[in-house]
Amino acid sequence: MLALRPARRACWSWLAVGIAAALAVPIGAVVSSLAVPSRDVWLHLWRTQLLELIAHTVWLLLGVGAGTLIVGGGLAWLVVHHRFPGRSILEWALILPLAMPAYVIGFAFLGLFEYSGPLQTALRGSLGPGTRLPELRSLGGVVLMMTLVFYPYVYLLARVAFREQGIAVVETARTLGRSRGGAFLRITVPMARPSLAAGVALAMMEALADFGTVATFGYRTLTEAIYRVWYGMFDRIAATQLASVLLLFALALLLLERRSRGRARFTQAARGTATVEPRPLPGWRGAAATSVCLTVLFFAFLLPVGQLSWWAAAVVRAGRVAPDFAALLGRTCLLAGAAAVVACALAVLLAYAVRLHGGGAVRLATLLASMGYALPGAVIAVGVLLPLAWADHALVPPLERALARPLGLLVTGSAAGLILAYVVRFLAVGLQTVEASLGKISPGLDEAARMLGARPGAALRRVHLPLMRGGVLTAAVLVFVETMKEMPATLLLRPIGLNTLAVEIWERTSEAMWQEAAVPALTLVGVGLLPVVLLIRLTTRR
Amino acid sequence: MATPQTRRAGTIILAAGLGLAAWVLAASGESAEVTVYSARSHYGQEPAMEAFTKKTGIQVKSFGGEAGPLFERLKAEGDKTPADVLISIDAGNLWNAARAGLLSKVDSPDIAANVPAHLRDPDNRWVGLTVRARTIMYNSAKVKPEELSTYEALGDPKWKGRLCLRSSTHIYNQSLIATMIKRNGEAKTEAIVRGWMANGPTLINGDTKILEAVAAGQCDVALTNTYYLGRILAKDAAFPVAAFWANQPTPGTHVNISGAGVTAHSKNRAEAIKLVEFLTSPEAQQMFADSNFEYPANPQANVNPVIGKWGKFKQDDTNVAAAGEYQAAATRLADRAGYK
Repeated sequence: MLALRPARRACWSWLAVGIAAALAVPIGAVVSSLAVPSRDVWLHLWRTQLLELIAHTVWLLLGVGAGTLIVGGGLAWLVVHHRFPGRSILEWALILPLAMPAYVIGFAFLGLFEYSGPLQTALRGSLGPGTRLPELRSLGGVVLMMTLVFYPYVYLLARVAFREQGIAVVETARTLGRSRGGAFLRITVPMARPSLAAGVALAMMEALADFGTVATFGYRTLTEAIYRVWYGMFDRIAATQLASVLLLFALALLLLERRSRGRARFTQAARGTATVEPRPLPGWRGAAATSVCLTVLFFAFLLPVGQLSWWAAAVVRAGRVAPDFAALLGRTCLLAGAAAVVACALAVLLAYAVRLHGGGAVRLATLLASMGYALPGAVIAVGVLLPLAWADHALVPPLERALARPLGLLVTGSAAGLILAYVVRFLAVGLQTVEASLGKISPGLDEAARMLGARPGAALRRVHLPLMRGGVLTAAVLVFVETMKEMPATLLLRPIGLNTLAVEIWERTSEAMWQEAAVPALTLVGVGLLPVVLLIRLTTRR
Repeated sequence: MATPQTRRAGTIILAAGLGLAAWVLAASGESAEVTVYSARSHYGQEPAMEAFTKKTGIQVKSFGGEAGPLFERLKAEGDKTPADVLISIDAGNLWNAARAGLLSKVDSPDIAANVPAHLRDPDNRWVGLTVRARTIMYNSAKVKPEELSTYEALGDPKWKGRLCLRSSTHIYNQSLIATMIKRNGEAKTEAIVRGWMANGPTLINGDTKILEAVAAGQCDVALTNTYYLGRILAKDAAFPVAAFWANQPTPGTHVNISGAGVTAHSKNRAEAIKLVEFLTSPEAQQMFADSNFEYPANPQANVNPVIGKWGKFKQDDTNVAAAGEYQAAATRLADRAGYK
């Protein structure tokens, strides 16, 4: 391994530590709440519910982890390695649920499947009044909802990984006498482990942060308790302390994930090795594959979209269509685009610095900077708000004196502040995806580039970036879609007078006007689809 | 060494940056207007705001958000806040903002005349705009109104397996319990809540969903705010759920408010007070009453005909500030009683 000149290496790691530290400030603001004693609240929680909350949170994480791994990984394997009716459409359609906000699917599901919903009402009518379906407001219901909306993370990353593996490894395993199933379990899955782990970790972090679904379904987790303490006891400090416990969960998750890919390094020799040749599934097996994919797609996407369309149609018929959608759309996309560009650029820098240096400080800083994803949106939003307001109160008065005119607030409630919040919240999404993709590039290429005289920056630009184009694009699309759907930070940190689609949805759902919310929600899903489809096209063609 | 792609990407980033800068600058323009931080959706509020602008020429800018985070923003902005008025659902949120020094005292004879004392802050830092009554709802095919009486009586074993409640994490039931604590004391209130729990209530998060559950027969009685039923009845007059006024004649049915206060650091205080005064006037109150089936805080305004059918009722005249004072205690009480 060719050594880099220490000065240059140090430069990269300082840059990385600097960026990561800046992004970790809001996390710091959350953790700093631990300095204020709230013994009383903790004692109360301990006596009444803390163990239950922790147990519920663990069960939820395990459920969502297993669910997304099986559904996301399984579907990716089905689609990449097999040929069956409708595969070419299903391959990209299965990503669509990504555009579906979790708070929408939960509500649509309850509307259709709860006791007073049309299905159970019809069942009672035909099978007798005692007929009941399993209760959706339960661990199983919550895990189902979250699996349906979060599996695309695993699916996306696994799909790319399976494709990039090529067919050679599987063929080798077959030659050595492994069955197809054996080859899948012993070769395909372990080799895709970094990607699978990255996707599952994202899904689990998102499950940790979610409040909307657990609240709607009445399943009490740590996150639900955060809001209970914050809103119900007016104790934001104790609520933030609870959020610090979530951070411990997230840290454990990420460390586990890193361990799982840390020692084993799987790199692809180069692109252009024999691509996967999907195996035809004849007869009933093909039909079974199609129906499995269709079932997932139906419940995760078609059904909620159908419900939304139904509501939207009712609203449009009643002539209650609302606001200026062109302006809302423009702002939503501009914000999401800016967040995606910034988050991905920083993710690439950080991931590359870790690759170059790999030292403890860089790793730790990067890890801390990705914690924002596991915190409930409102908590991390306050974590961003406090340093911004602090900066304003420190900087504006001297500036006002110098300019001799009032300036108001410069960064609090600015678009830049909001974008910072998005980056803090969604950096993990960019980082996980970029790292998974960077890790597959053989270190030999770094060495070759260096031997040819390229500095690290040039090597990144000319060697790594082109090779990980798919990964970076995937990261950008994920952040874009996440930002579009994001509600709590947008509500809190946006400039006054700036509304986005998510804000319009809130204006209606906060008054339980779900029908009215359907039009903006449907628009959100529709716009979220565009980058997803673009992504598919760009990553399918080589 | 810049390739065309990186140059193009650079141009795009630069353009986006400039656009954002222009946007930030545009957002800091100034004119004669009132900025409202609203932890209540602007729905139902818009007609009144528009009427105010028409009448006074003062523009109203509304900034919506969840009560808890919005409180943090107002607090963090401190003396630099652009907010002139805070509007919020739930008296507890207003009480909390007043306690933190974020609202200022407004001694207006108009407001005092417009809104009854129990719907206002005793120190005049906030005032109720609409009244939200939370009472007993029953399936009109399965329950006779004679079987119903008080919130307490929902703990009677005859309602075992027949009761639906909203999750205790939601502020509506926290406020109900808080007001009960103020009136009855903690021990008695805890016994009441334990009585409800002994009936194994079905917990559903959403008042509309609860009403649908009552209509479908999943439960026979429930507690919800009345305007949710009003909204449903306006669309479907045959909906088989009716409202029963709890705890009549005394101490009266539990009410909460959505209300408003002038911020402590308002830069447009005179205009802000003018807005709050207008919002409590009969003219604006009529608009509130007509838009969301809530009860107007000003008794001079008429209730919507859809809910007029439920007749007059006596409100519990405990000051709604109790919802804030005892909210933390109510949440803890619910925890102790196993009310999730």
